[in-house]
Amino acid sequence: MSRLRAALTPYALIFPGGLWLAIFFVIPMIVMLSLSLQSGSVEDGYAFTFNWHSYADGLANYHDQIIRSLLYGLAATLLQIILGFPVAYWIAFKGGNRKSVYLFLMLLPFLVSFVLRTISWQFLLSDNGILLGPLKDIGLLPDGFRVLATPFAVIAGLAYNFLPFMVLPMYVALERIDPRVLEAAQDLYASRFQTFLRVVLPLSLPGVFAGVLMTFVPATSDYVNASVLGGTNTTMIGNVIQNQYLVTQDYPTASALSFTLMALLLVGIFAYARALGTEDVLEVAAR
Amino acid sequence: MRQGLLRGRGLQIYTWLVIAWLVVPIAVMILFGFNDTHGRYNTAWQGFTLKWYGKLFEIGDLTQALVNSLLIAVLTMIIAGVLGSLIGLALGRYRFRGSATMNVVMFAAISCAEIVMGASLLSLFVTLAVPLGFWTIVISHVMFSISFVAVTVRARVMTLDRSLEEAARDLGAGTWTTFRLVTLPMIFPGVLAGSMLAFALSIDDFVITNFNAGGTVTFPLWIWGATRVGIPPQVNVMGTLIFAVGVLIAVVNGLVARRRN
Repeated sequence: MSRLRAALTPYALIFPGGLWLAIFFVIPMIVMLSLSLQSGSVEDGYAFTFNWHSYADGLANYHDQIIRSLLYGLAATLLQIILGFPVAYWIAFKGGNRKSVYLFLMLLPFLVSFVLRTISWQFLLSDNGILLGPLKDIGLLPDGFRVLATPFAVIAGLAYNFLPFMVLPMYVALERIDPRVLEAAQDLYASRFQTFLRVVLPLSLPGVFAGVLMTFVPATSDYVNASVLGGTNTTMIGNVIQNQYLVTQDYPTASALSFTLMALLLVGIFAYARALGTEDVLEVAAR
Repeated sequence: MRQGLLRGRGLQIYTWLVIAWLVVPIAVMILFGFNDTHGRYNTAWQGFTLKWYGKLFEIGDLTQALVNSLLIAVLTMIIAGVLGSLIGLALGRYRFRGSATMNVVMFAAISCAEIVMGASLLSLFVTLAVPLGFWTIVISHVMFSISFVAVTVRARVMTLDRSLEEAARDLGAGTWTTFRLVTLPMIFPGVLAGSMLAFALSIDDFVITNFNAGGTVTFPLWIWGATRVGIPPQVNVMGTLIFAVGVLIAVVNGLVARRRN
């Protein structure tokens, strides 16, 4: 009896939370897939018709936005690696006993609402705002110059909003490197640059990988930055999905696009994991 | 020269520049909460004032949105805190058939694009004709927070020494007594950290809320709706206060951790 009870304990523990995830996370995915294959309208109701047209139409009408999202997501991720790696490196190796203070400073943006800090950038970068206004007044910039509504503003906004997700895992990987390994490299006459290239960099890759995983997905699927900082020709697929769901209420098209986005992200992640030779994606990401 | 750049001041200056980049929009938000603006637009500096702190709750629906956000965050913290901790305890402590599936579902929930989660949950609610509002927001927030709590608690459980529980049992404590007096106090830091994470994720969430809110407005949704007409200084003040509370909690937490070491 007590052995049976012991065997059932873990199931009793995961049951309520597992049920919640099953009903509100797993089943909705299936419902969304089914919705994407239906035809009809809000007024007339929907019928399940295995209508693949939603996918064909979605791709035909919105391939620009899909490609743009992938490009922006990629650009923002690369920008984050370039911006974040030296910072993670410096904190890990030169942070001394103030490492946690620097990490805390890196995390400060998370204490301000995502929407609010994006709007703060809109305010900073506005055409005659506190940054561009004075520069235009003294003639350093032409009057028509603008940052808002350009791809640059959107990509920089994406990089800004998710940068800490990139720095933290890179820092964890770099911090774990045993200093004796570096000493060994120098004892074997590796130059500082060689040590970096052949010891530090490979050992930091799991962190970079985790960072890319944590930033590429939210950046590619975001619509807040494109809405607040972008213009009509920086629309991303997230904007389309949001608009189709909440304004047009064309659910079949909306869910087909949403599914397409998910599929692209999944394929991207797994292709990336294989290319990098990481055996266990789950293992890396679980940290 | 290269050595100088890599090892010396160069990287340090670079790091501080990146930190400055991260902090600038926050500083601007705080500063313009003190702006003595008179019109509808809080865009040009007009002088220092504290009046917006006095008029903090003068915009009725903004206050309501903040109250909604806090209520939802507290409910999410409690529900996801309990459900996620139970999962974390099970995964960290027991080996059982199905644990791999649970791990995969949690990994999927953590790495899934927010817009896909929000859209699919809305698809479910639309299909079942569930009216959207306060409770659908709570459901969605608990859904995306559970996995984060579970992962946090699991990490804590895995570091524990099981012999302490065995000792309690040898001394005659029953299963429940052992859990209450030995296991729970030991995993409590993990439970607390996980629950606070759930609170933070909930109060800041925009995307999933945007999809499942119906007519109910939360703090981020209110700001989103106000972008076109201009953000009133009260929003800056509320953002500043939330920021200050967050910094305070983090600093106290850091000091306590340091003292313990």
